[in-house]
Amino acid sequence: MQPYEMTVAQLKNAIKNKELSCVDAVNSYIDRINDKDALVNAYLTKCFDSALDNAKISDEKISKGEELNYLQGVPYSLKDNICTEGIATTCSSKLLDGFKPTYSAHVYEKLQDAGAILLGKVDMDEFAMGSTCENSAYGKVRNPFDLQRVPGGSSGGSAASVAAQTSSFSLGSDTGGSVRTPASYCSLTAIKPTYGAVSRYGLIAYASSLDQIGPVCRDITDAAMIMNIIAGNDKKDSTSLDISHPDYTSFLTEGIKGLKIGVDYESVATGLDEEVKQIYLNTIETFRSLGAEIIDVSFKMQKYAVPVYYLVACSEASSNLARFDGIRYGVREYGETLEEVITNSRTKGFGGEVKNRIMLGTYALSAGYYDMYYNQALKVRRLIYEDFMNTLSECDVFLCPTTPDPAYKIGEKNDDPMSLYLADIFTVTANLTGTPAAAFPAGFTRAGLPVGMQLSAKSLREDQLIKAIYNFQLATNYHTIKAEL
Amino acid sequence: MVYKEYETVIGLEIHCELATKTKIFCSCPTTFGAKENENVCPVCLGMPGTLPVLNKSVVDFAVRVGIALNCEIANYSKMDRKNYFYPDLPKAYQISQYEQPICQNGYLDIEDEQGNTKRIGITRIHIEEDAGKLIHSYRSTLLDNNRCGVPLIEIVTEPDMRSAFEAEAFARKVRSIIQATKSSDCKMQEGSIRFDVNLSIMPKGSDTFGTRTEMKNLNSFRSLIRAIGYESRRQEDVLNDGGEIYQETRRWDDTKGMSITMRSKEDAHDYRYFPDPDLVPIVLTDEYIQNMKDTLPELPDAKLARYVNDLSLTEYDAKQITLDPEVCEFFEEASKSADAKTCANFIIGDIFALIKNSEEGFSAVKFTAKQLADLINLVADNTISLSASKKVLAEMFETGEEAKVLVDKLGLAQISDTDAIESLVIETIKNNPKSVEDFKAGKTKAVGFIVGQVMKASKGKANPKVVNELVDKALKSI
Repeated sequence: MQPYEMTVAQLKNAIKNKELSCVDAVNSYIDRINDKDALVNAYLTKCFDSALDNAKISDEKISKGEELNYLQGVPYSLKDNICTEGIATTCSSKLLDGFKPTYSAHVYEKLQDAGAILLGKVDMDEFAMGSTCENSAYGKVRNPFDLQRVPGGSSGGSAASVAAQTSSFSLGSDTGGSVRTPASYCSLTAIKPTYGAVSRYGLIAYASSLDQIGPVCRDITDAAMIMNIIAGNDKKDSTSLDISHPDYTSFLTEGIKGLKIGVDYESVATGLDEEVKQIYLNTIETFRSLGAEIIDVSFKMQKYAVPVYYLVACSEASSNLARFDGIRYGVREYGETLEEVITNSRTKGFGGEVKNRIMLGTYALSAGYYDMYYNQALKVRRLIYEDFMNTLSECDVFLCPTTPDPAYKIGEKNDDPMSLYLADIFTVTANLTGTPAAAFPAGFTRAGLPVGMQLSAKSLREDQLIKAIYNFQLATNYHTIKAEL
Repeated sequence: MVYKEYETVIGLEIHCELATKTKIFCSCPTTFGAKENENVCPVCLGMPGTLPVLNKSVVDFAVRVGIALNCEIANYSKMDRKNYFYPDLPKAYQISQYEQPICQNGYLDIEDEQGNTKRIGITRIHIEEDAGKLIHSYRSTLLDNNRCGVPLIEIVTEPDMRSAFEAEAFARKVRSIIQATKSSDCKMQEGSIRFDVNLSIMPKGSDTFGTRTEMKNLNSFRSLIRAIGYESRRQEDVLNDGGEIYQETRRWDDTKGMSITMRSKEDAHDYRYFPDPDLVPIVLTDEYIQNMKDTLPELPDAKLARYVNDLSLTEYDAKQITLDPEVCEFFEEASKSADAKTCANFIIGDIFALIKNSEEGFSAVKFTAKQLADLINLVADNTISLSASKKVLAEMFETGEEAKVLVDKLGLAQISDTDAIESLVIETIKNNPKSVEDFKAGKTKAVGFIVGQVMKASKGKANPKVVNELVDKALKSI
């Protein structure tokens, strides 16, 4: 087995048992990236020199017999909206071309402290706006399972790099499904943690009240291990929860007898791709066979989640992205006046989807429309929260597909952006309610496209998600099937 | 043509920099006068990915001012974003408070021109961050971000003031109260307190307000008064010429002594306020608010009452002292070891005259309150005369030296020795037979003349009280 084929847990063990040096691990990934990344286009910035330097330092530690850190020598990638000191962080936007922060995101510091080794920064939808990764200013990321298809978004580079085995794991950000959708399109496991469980410091904001950083991994064991490192209170983020986090790997235990899994088949099945629907049914049966109790529940407010999500997210985005004016950093376009400089920089720097959302959000917040749109959305957001809590009061976890369809062909939805928005139907609720959700591989279509399912739980009940998915992965092998490249 | 008589309607917005050591959302220092762009970090520069964390002292200070201005303190308030593009605003939004400010519904009593008490309503007090500073030069504009994220409170009044006099009285009193709470030093010259004036006029006796204009950039009491005078006359002229007042924002130009249009209502920003999702609501318990009330320093009005009732100061003197907390502190310290009324006289009469031309105000006083008390006690125990003490005070102001040292240095010690003075009296009477005759003829003026001559002979050092007594005795015995 090549190091690049290993899970995080396997790499950690091999390094710990001195079966593998960190330099060999990193080199294996560098070779793999050199060999295969051109096919999937995941990497925007590669940090091979610093990765090898770090690997050497790790190996020295090992040879000196020093105690190893939790992820010592494990190579990974980061979504390009997570700030890395001295390393370009572009949000896949032309406007931030060449922007190198002078500070690091909290999660990046935590991973560095844990000994993990950054291979590079990976592509995404510009400013995390999109669900196909087609909105990057730097080329199109491809789905390793079908190079003609999208990897999902917005953390498409994260998913594509892990699925192409050009990184052992990746961190993405999830505002409305952005780690779960690409994980499902690429047969991976991803967690969108409870809002506040992971610090947002250094994550370039799309929609602050919805954004959460989450791991994109090969299986749930890896995801739990990464959560152990990135979760926890951070004084630099006011919305960070001031609680100590559990050992997420302690939930990797066998047996889910009596676990109550809520299912709203009637409403969820409407508009589902037939193959996705079948896999959904199969998943329910698998869980039932594992001893879980399948409970019919009703989540009526789900139909309002997408419009509420787009109003809230775009409103916040219109403000969050206002600072990109070309004055202090990023790309500045020429203009005769100050207003021209700002207008030209933003006109040329932002892509179409970003402009759409800024305009939508500006409109929703403007005088005379605020109550009708933004404020109304906040009220309905509250109702969705209450209804979802109601739904979750009858069960431990709520099961539905991550997306209504498997991965689209690249360009397939160019003329129909609204259908892409509507495809966020199952994922946005977790962001609007701040609850944790995880996507996991649940099968393949006849054409060989991965299909993922999603489990949701009450706030801070990641334990139930991890336990359920762990047992599902013990009983199935979808997560072990690799893309042929 | 008959011109109508108008009444001016004024509301104030007062911005005041809080005395925190660090900025409102990061740990950068707030020190005044630092080198350009020295007090900055990624957070106050609004760099992508950074997040604000509210400085708790900002809340403490704002609550103290709110309590001192009789406001209701909110158990729950939140921070909002005020969105607009300007190069001095790095995030392109200012974090402020919109719908739920931390303090509301307060008031402050002032004295109007007639000396009547008048209550001015305070609509709200909210906390917010300051923006940076643009430095324009011939070819370019430079940006100093040191002020980005400096904590401010904005105090908004009801349109309850009717003259520049009332506006000034209110502004001065607010300033002295804020200073007393130690929430801000309110240094005008450093811009740590500035005023915006909302002003309209209406025919006398009317109860319908006219269209108002907002004037920005007033950073002294003088400009506040002048701007109000200018703007009400301007509006009167417009109306008298049959014109119309437009709702607009005007900038006061202190050098030219006039206000100019900044932007009209049509150009007014739509700030698209919404709750800042990066910050959590400010939740204050009743215990916290009560504790802030209990630990609030004594306010100027209470001090004034105490000075009048307990220390027998005149109301005028007490007012003069309570206007400035620095003066209060000095006075209280001095009056611990010297007669309070005399202390007040020295401070208001002499020290105020000495600092009149100094830019630092009361901070220009080099000697301590204890030193003033020592000087006063030298007069009280007849070591020096009252007039000699003024000379000593002037010298103390220059050098900061102890009164006793200066008395010796200047040779101002008073002669109270009766024998020494008596021989001077005898000598003087002998040399002035004309005055003695005048005295005998019933001209009492002659006594004063003889006393003057004795004082002169003693080079002013003789204790005048003793001289008076001895001259009186000597003349009567002749």
